[in-house]
Amino acid sequence: MSDVRVAGVGLTPFGNAPERTSRDLFAEASITAFEDSGVPRDDVDALLYGNFMGELSEHQGHHGPLMAEAAGVRAPATRYESACASSGAAVRDAVMRIRNGEDDVILVGGAERMTNLGTAGATEALAIAADDLWEVRAGMTFPGAYALMAQAYFDEYGGEHEDLAHVAVKNHENALNNEKAQYQSAIEVSDVLEAPQVSSPLGLYDSCPISDGAAAVVLTSEAYAEEHGLEAPVSISGTGQGGDRMALHDREYLARSPAAREAGDEAYADAGVDPADVDFAEVHDCFTIAEVLAIESLDLFPIGEGVSAARDGRTTADGETPINLSGGLKAKGHPVGATGASQIAEVTKLLSGKHPNSEFVDGATTGVAHNAGGTVASATVHVLEVSE
Amino acid sequence: MSETDSETRDAGFDEWLDAAEEDRAYYLACPNDHGSLPPRRVCPDCGATELEDLELPDSGEIRTFTVTHVPTPAFEEDAPYATAVARFGPVRITGQVVGIDLEDVETGLEVEIEVTVSETTGERVLGFSPV
Repeated sequence: MSDVRVAGVGLTPFGNAPERTSRDLFAEASITAFEDSGVPRDDVDALLYGNFMGELSEHQGHHGPLMAEAAGVRAPATRYESACASSGAAVRDAVMRIRNGEDDVILVGGAERMTNLGTAGATEALAIAADDLWEVRAGMTFPGAYALMAQAYFDEYGGEHEDLAHVAVKNHENALNNEKAQYQSAIEVSDVLEAPQVSSPLGLYDSCPISDGAAAVVLTSEAYAEEHGLEAPVSISGTGQGGDRMALHDREYLARSPAAREAGDEAYADAGVDPADVDFAEVHDCFTIAEVLAIESLDLFPIGEGVSAARDGRTTADGETPINLSGGLKAKGHPVGATGASQIAEVTKLLSGKHPNSEFVDGATTGVAHNAGGTVASATVHVLEVSE
Repeated sequence: MSETDSETRDAGFDEWLDAAEEDRAYYLACPNDHGSLPPRRVCPDCGATELEDLELPDSGEIRTFTVTHVPTPAFEEDAPYATAVARFGPVRITGQVVGIDLEDVETGLEVEIEVTVSETTGERVLGFSPV
């Protein structure tokens, strides 16, 4: 089985660029990824591209060939849609295709254009990640769904809004040096607690922003990397995916994410690592409670202890297991289709010492990327390691 | 709100709302005692295809709730409103909590199903009201 190397990564700035088309965003990210990798475009065997709401924001379907063209790649291309886990799912398939010898070089990534929809329009577009008949028509929004989980968590395991506020504060702190981040500004706990309510108990500062942006990653087989003398010290050594019932009310638990646990367990076993081996993680914190559920699902913290991990300094940059050193979705931004691939890019940079926050994980060998779709009806987890 | 022509019914779902309006809300039971909501041909828990309509209990209990201040456009006039997940026997259901002050909505509250109407669109909305 071939080791899968991360040969190059590229990100656009994440933020507010309503006039930019997703084809332009992805073109920019892909140029950076190719430059970073030293891989010629002609060697790309396939493009796997993640996008969630292109039909709604740009009246555009059939993104695969459009994005191959934008990236200057003459290869078959397919779009992956798995809500907010769209490019995580694309990365997973890319890893498997390279491993089984089908492909040597894959361009994988994603993009999302969202801000042109406005807040109400983007809220409506995000809502289609939930069950339209039984959830959306009852008025459930995306923040509303996570609020239901937050309230259920408080009722079942304890914790309070102030605990969650520390997650947002930490992620803003981490984004201060990340030039690609949407918010490079510090916030205080009081800012979170006093922010306008979106869906109780969650307020504006518990929520990731609406973002435009793109991410691209060039993955190659170990053989290709060695043959071409690529500088590609980081591998994707484990991949996992989990699934669950679509509607939150149909799940076994209202305050846990079994799909993410399934994905994490599979990825750990695949890589041959334990949760204890994980030096740091990028997790899908679309809302502050989502980070709590993620770090518990990944077995980095026991169930019920995740809520206080940021407040206790266990997940801060200088904590035992730094979480979201990029700033996370909360501060870096969340252009939905780009997020999964962007996490791979961030973990790769952190492991190879090329990230503004690499100093906090000096000597780290193992990082994890956790990407979730909907209220975690879909989840992908990837383990990245520094190859010898 | 989707752009689907609201004149076109969603088979299975709209019949369920019709039944709920007549206080005959039901769930789909499989031979292995799993419960689920329509439209459905296969039990999601065990794959059984012999599903039978059984009446839901008259009352349920709120398991978690939220008050939404930032709605989708389809509920712009309705906000702020409370959404809850309530357990009715073998199934949980998501609905809007009506007939009670927002600050009085809480986990554990006993509710019954009440189909209400969105102030924004005039569409039917699955709701819960305190028993």
